[in-house]
Amino acid sequence: MSVQILGDQATEERAENARMSAFVGAIAVGDLVKSTLGPKGMDKLLQSSSDIGKSMITNDGATILKSIPLDNPAAKVLVNIAKVQDNEVGDGTTSVTVLSSELLKEAEKLIERKIHPQTIIEGYRIARNVALEALEKASVNNGSNAELFRKDLVNIARTTLSSKILSQDKEFFSNLAVDAILRLKGSTDLNNIQIIKKAGGKLSDSFLDEGFILEKKFGINQPKRIENAKILIANTSMDTDKVKVFGAKFKVDSTAKLADLEKAEKVKMKNKVDKIKKFGINVFINRQLIYDYPEQLFTDAKINSIEHADFDGVDRLALVTGGEVVSTFDNPERVKLGQCDLIEEVLIGEDVFIKFSGVAAGKACTIVLRGATEQGLDEAERSLHDALSVLSQTTRETKTCLGGGCSEMIMSKAVDQAAANETGKKALAIEAFARALRQLPTILADNAGFDSSDLVTKLRSAIYNGMTTSGLDLYKGVVADMRDMGIVESFKLKRAVVSSAAEASEVLLRVDNIIRAKPRTADRNH
Amino acid sequence: MAAQQQGMAMPDMSNAIVAQDEMGRPFIIVRDQGKKQRKHGLEATKSHILAARSVASIVKTSLGPRGLDKILISQDGEITITNDGATILSQMDLDNEIAKLLVQLSRSQDDEIGDGTTGVVVIAGALLDQALELIEKGIHPIKIANGFDEACKIAIQQLDKVADEIKISADASDPNLLRAAKTSLGSKIVSKSHDQFAQMAVDAVLSVADFERKDVDFELIKMEKKVGGSLEDSSLIKGVLLEKDFSHSQMPKHIEDCKIAILTCPLEPPKPKTKHKLEISTAEEFKALQEYEQKKFQEMIDCIKNSGANVVACQWGFDDEANHLLLANGLNAIRWIGGSELELLAIATNGRIVPRFEDLTPEKLGTAQSIRELEFGTTRDRMLVVEGCSNTKSVTCFIRGSNDMIVDEGVRALHDSICVVRNLVRDNRVVYGGGAAELTCSLAVSEAADRQKGIDQYAFRAFASALDTIIMTLAENSGLDPIDTLSGLKAKQATEKSSQLGVDCLGKGTNDMKELFVIDPLIGKKQQLLLATQLTRMILKINDVIISGKDEY
Repeated sequence: MSVQILGDQATEERAENARMSAFVGAIAVGDLVKSTLGPKGMDKLLQSSSDIGKSMITNDGATILKSIPLDNPAAKVLVNIAKVQDNEVGDGTTSVTVLSSELLKEAEKLIERKIHPQTIIEGYRIARNVALEALEKASVNNGSNAELFRKDLVNIARTTLSSKILSQDKEFFSNLAVDAILRLKGSTDLNNIQIIKKAGGKLSDSFLDEGFILEKKFGINQPKRIENAKILIANTSMDTDKVKVFGAKFKVDSTAKLADLEKAEKVKMKNKVDKIKKFGINVFINRQLIYDYPEQLFTDAKINSIEHADFDGVDRLALVTGGEVVSTFDNPERVKLGQCDLIEEVLIGEDVFIKFSGVAAGKACTIVLRGATEQGLDEAERSLHDALSVLSQTTRETKTCLGGGCSEMIMSKAVDQAAANETGKKALAIEAFARALRQLPTILADNAGFDSSDLVTKLRSAIYNGMTTSGLDLYKGVVADMRDMGIVESFKLKRAVVSSAAEASEVLLRVDNIIRAKPRTADRNH
Repeated sequence: MAAQQQGMAMPDMSNAIVAQDEMGRPFIIVRDQGKKQRKHGLEATKSHILAARSVASIVKTSLGPRGLDKILISQDGEITITNDGATILSQMDLDNEIAKLLVQLSRSQDDEIGDGTTGVVVIAGALLDQALELIEKGIHPIKIANGFDEACKIAIQQLDKVADEIKISADASDPNLLRAAKTSLGSKIVSKSHDQFAQMAVDAVLSVADFERKDVDFELIKMEKKVGGSLEDSSLIKGVLLEKDFSHSQMPKHIEDCKIAILTCPLEPPKPKTKHKLEISTAEEFKALQEYEQKKFQEMIDCIKNSGANVVACQWGFDDEANHLLLANGLNAIRWIGGSELELLAIATNGRIVPRFEDLTPEKLGTAQSIRELEFGTTRDRMLVVEGCSNTKSVTCFIRGSNDMIVDEGVRALHDSICVVRNLVRDNRVVYGGGAAELTCSLAVSEAADRQKGIDQYAFRAFASALDTIIMTLAENSGLDPIDTLSGLKAKQATEKSSQLGVDCLGKGTNDMKELFVIDPLIGKKQQLLLATQLTRMILKINDVIISGKDEY
């Protein structure tokens, strides 16, 4: 006699079945993004199912995975780690997914050999610690030497960009990205880097402005060029400065009184403008709207005004010009004004922008991207964003390590040695971890169209023989010195890849039961 | 939708009692008669026991340090991966009433003790399993239940007898507390950074514990989670963590020696609570109002300034003008803080929550050593850490991890171990884990069985073998031979007269749980037995179930 305890349509998968469905899902996700790995990885074209016209071409693991509706719980875990990797470091999203799916693939083989999942986890934990230690030992810290550090940054940017659409102009863009990051002076807030996309021109027409560009216009009849600008950045209402006391309402019994009130309103606005004039400025930038009347007053006072420069714009301007964001105007002496040498209207493509050059503080900057198609520009922005994220994180954690499969092989060597020192079934799991790590250079070689078995074994013997800077040259298909080739990656990125992938595979390995509730139906009466 | 409408128009004839009118058209006399179900007598009891058994078999594999996790997929496709019995059961889509009782069972263990939620369900399942055999022998269910009650009493007595009193000091490095926390964490994924989490749990409890009253106020321990990094990056913050940033982007990100004004009034123009109307009819009035407004803002700022505060924590929002005035006066401000967080901040900093600006006085300010802003990777998320508070009795556990599921599970695991440590602060008697406590109870009960007159003997033996199930399950989950382990251990406990022998789940080479430091609080174990026995009685007493046909919808 059996009793059904679960709800209608709820399903349960147990033991081998549950494990199988977890592994299958994870491995499928890994295979999906595998082919985008490395400089010769290919892009994916994603077409929206709801909006047929909308499509996206990308190489970014996190973007691909985010856009695919998945039903498998294990797949969702992998998508989640890719997303977190994106938020933490900004790049390496494909690597983390591929590595954890490889770890699960190896684990599956061990489970077939009747090894308890918890034993595998134990082995994986040991292996992970050994791998991270080896990675740390192999990493180089140039943080104290500005010149070398800049070179590292450029190399990191180049490595990151080489797998993206920007690869043909990677020299150009890596310098651009490094310049932009160094401009932030240690802040990791990428919000301070504004990226303006304008279709037209070619990718290498993109530029980093030495000043700052705002997507706004001056008021009517105001000069298009101002030298030695003194800027007041404000967040105040310049439309109808309302009475803020709650419930206040106008009630008049004659048109004469109405006119009086209107006048009073105007006087109020005029007073405000007068107060602003006392700051001795020639440019006034407001986050909110500026109505015609105050704008006209500003024009008369030879003050240029810019309205509606939203939150980000105001914050960035404050950083660039070193001014304070102001909302009350009673104490001009206490307020810091922004400064810059020249403000002028410029044309990019067909649109008018305001350009601030010769800025005082300059802790924010603008990158203008040009390119042939919208999709291309979007992908370029994503790639650049990845590079910027990695760079900004590298300014915090200045250690670097080598790419091209070099770090993975070093870790795999250390893990293999640890396996030899371990007794019991754990050792098998540790070996498996080393194999999974070696899969990354294998996939890199495969994607580049080389004989991976040949190349990876060559790399392995090089690393084992003490040439610890060897890696794969994926353009020539040989083992080469990565330090010479300048293929450098951020240590933080690599560490996050290994530790997140190990954590995710552990989560999934521990599962022996999947209970699925009945999917909610789109039924309102329910 | 369409199918349902059809259903409305055309009722299901197969389940209805139908007659035909003179034209041969059917009309319904009793609708859905066939859907009404009734089960009674032994059949009902048996089906209940089977239901309980299948629930227990789901959570069974989570028991012990080598137990595995479950993936639960909610109606909306969200996934939870967990090892915690209470969480597994509460998130399952259950339809069976008896199964729901088991959910309640694990929940009450969770509420009362906080740990051992899997164990209690496994024991209840085993008790019912044993009861089934007795029922088949022809023993009346109530007799069985009575026998179980008596047996449970003996088991509890035995637990009291073998319990060791351990010394607990308020010292964070107290090895006993750490061991208990580690026992509870052993089965969870956080065993990856076992020592760290155990230490966090102990630190958290000890910093808020009230040793005189032997109580721990959980309100003072806050859990915050954030994906990113790995589990090792989790930490205990002796202070408060707010998911907010400073109100003005140009305020400094780090302040030392903070004097905090905690406000529940907005920095906005006054807003009377009574219904009112303010009518402006002349230009003079308009001007007067304008001045009033500005004066009001200045007054607010002055009030704060005069009290000597340098940080403003407010439950409500700020007007742009007020915000700038705060910046201009060098006051850092945080707005839109939730009610409970504000209270926590007040407790932590020893400040008073002030509802009016006029009431601000220097002694009502909270103090903290520093407030700093945390940034997370490449996202725009920010958090504020208030540290070095004057009242150290408020802590925040900050859990990190590489994905949502692991972070959530980390929070649950830490909560469990905090509960265990709290239980020890309340009652410092412990029993040994790894099935040792269950085994000694089982031995005591089966010994007592022989002295029973009448049918109770059977119930006693059944109770003892139900307790054995825990040991067998632990052994099975750890990949050991369950029967071999059980019989070996039983013989060993009986001959050595030691209540510390349990299953060596991790292959450490010894069965002495005292040596392996696997300890559980006594009250947790007692509660498991009591609750499970109670539930068994309740289920055995039911002999009739009537399920009315569900309404069509």
